Amino acid sequence: MKKLMLAAAALALTAGMGMAQTVRMATEGAYPPYNFVNDKGELDGLEIELGNELCKRAGLECTWVKNDWDSIIPNLVSSNYDTIMAGMNINEERKKAIDFTDPYTPPMPSAYMALKPDADIEGGVVAAQTNTIQASHVASTGATLLEFATGEETIAAVRNGEADAVFADKDFLAPAQAESNGELVWVEGHDTVKLGEGIGMGVRKSDTELKAKFNTAIESMKADGSLNALLKKWFGDKALQF
Amino acid sequence: MFASCADPKTLEGLAWLMCYLTSGKHMLFYLSFGTVILLLAITAPVALLFGFGGALASRSRIAPLRWFGKTYTSMVRGVPDIIFFLFVPIALDQAFEWLRAKAYCDPSVPIRQGNDFVVCPAAKLPLSTAPEWVHQSYGVFLAVIAFAIVFGAFAANVLYGAMNAVPKAQLETAEAYGMSPRQVNRRILIPQMWTYALPGLANLWMILIKATPLLFVLGVEDIVYWARELGGSKTSAYAYPHPDWRIYYFLGILVFYLLMTWGSERFFDRIRARLSSGQATMAGEAMRKAAS
Repeated sequence: MKKLMLAAAALALTAGMGMAQTVRMATEGAYPPYNFVNDKGELDGLEIELGNELCKRAGLECTWVKNDWDSIIPNLVSSNYDTIMAGMNINEERKKAIDFTDPYTPPMPSAYMALKPDADIEGGVVAAQTNTIQASHVASTGATLLEFATGEETIAAVRNGEADAVFADKDFLAPAQAESNGELVWVEGHDTVKLGEGIGMGVRKSDTELKAKFNTAIESMKADGSLNALLKKWFGDKALQF
Repeated sequence: MFASCADPKTLEGLAWLMCYLTSGKHMLFYLSFGTVILLLAITAPVALLFGFGGALASRSRIAPLRWFGKTYTSMVRGVPDIIFFLFVPIALDQAFEWLRAKAYCDPSVPIRQGNDFVVCPAAKLPLSTAPEWVHQSYGVFLAVIAFAIVFGAFAANVLYGAMNAVPKAQLETAEAYGMSPRQVNRRILIPQMWTYALPGLANLWMILIKATPLLFVLGVEDIVYWARELGGSKTSAYAYPHPDWRIYYFLGILVFYLLMTWGSERFFDRIRARLSSGQATMAGEAMRKAAS
């Protein structure tokens, strides 16, 4: 019996060593056009397309995992998946918990959107998604911060009057603003707020090897212009370029 | 789904709605109703089993077992559910992986590296190469354990109370007939206690039904997640743009939950009638009078 168990353990051990590892990539799936679930029920968006291409260039086998935004960093740290690509801006606070690859977007501007262009963003109520750099920015102004679990809910809060304005990535808000028939407008003078160091892929601090592989892949996509082409495809012709 | 749905932008009215409601994303929404019902169907018996074990342990003559039973019921009932749901699955998952790491991994590599919890690929649970449904089922499995521990503690207290409510005279009579304590338990105590336990257990079942949206905290995509995701306003990045429709989706879910609780209520009424017959309780007495 003991021999049998030993043999089984040895088999499991060697089987584990021989197999190629799949890189599990987490995303939120609720932040178009960065990442979202399309009507077929599949993940789609800039980061999905980019992530698949990066994996191909790095010679890795990848699969996507959908995870709630709130618990996306804790689950990375406890190894439930290996990377995060979820429109996550690189900033000092997050760098304490996890590492980032080089940014795969230029620093993306954030913007205030409201029902009228003179909305009170200094003393009023401003909606933002929980645990985002925009939420910390609002908290540092005089405005009352109203947090929501998803980006979609922050826009809904402005529509139904719960909040005076919403503060989020401009590229996330832009489609909603453009298709609202003038209902939603940019807040005057606050339609391009520079925040963060660009969006990067989050990896565990201990996972330096994976980080290096993805850095090389991102570098090669920057060099041959394919990253710029992707940014144009998802953010329109006026997209910021490298 | 249908060939006519290939280009939703050209559709209008009912045809658009038909295509919209049969999109792949909606299919996932419909499937998630099955997930919720499946979870309930598995969790309820497991929780009852935990409760039964807890109640028997609390009544045990062996002191450590009794302490264990009492600690379990009072501790779990005293901790907010949401904390438990956040803690148990992550702790269980890490405990399993830690044990597997001891067996399969190179012991010289530390598992805790700063902030990170890292085990070697062979010790991952499930393995990173496993298909997505394995990961999903593993999540549901952890969810069932978390639900069962929490609801088991409440059930244990209900059953403990019900066991104490069985008239002492009946148990003494059984002893007088020469039954051993074990026989008394099996033949008298347990069959007789259900009538006292039923109201409490029925309450727990209702609460369990309504607690299923906590699933999303555990990463399982349930009906509330999909309703929120589908209902939110959609720009033309999606094939079927629409304004904020969350209210319709939430109304649909409301109907689902009401149907579930209404059906359960009818089911419990029938069981209650069956268990009450011949009992020395008010309900049993009322039945006897009505029959005679």
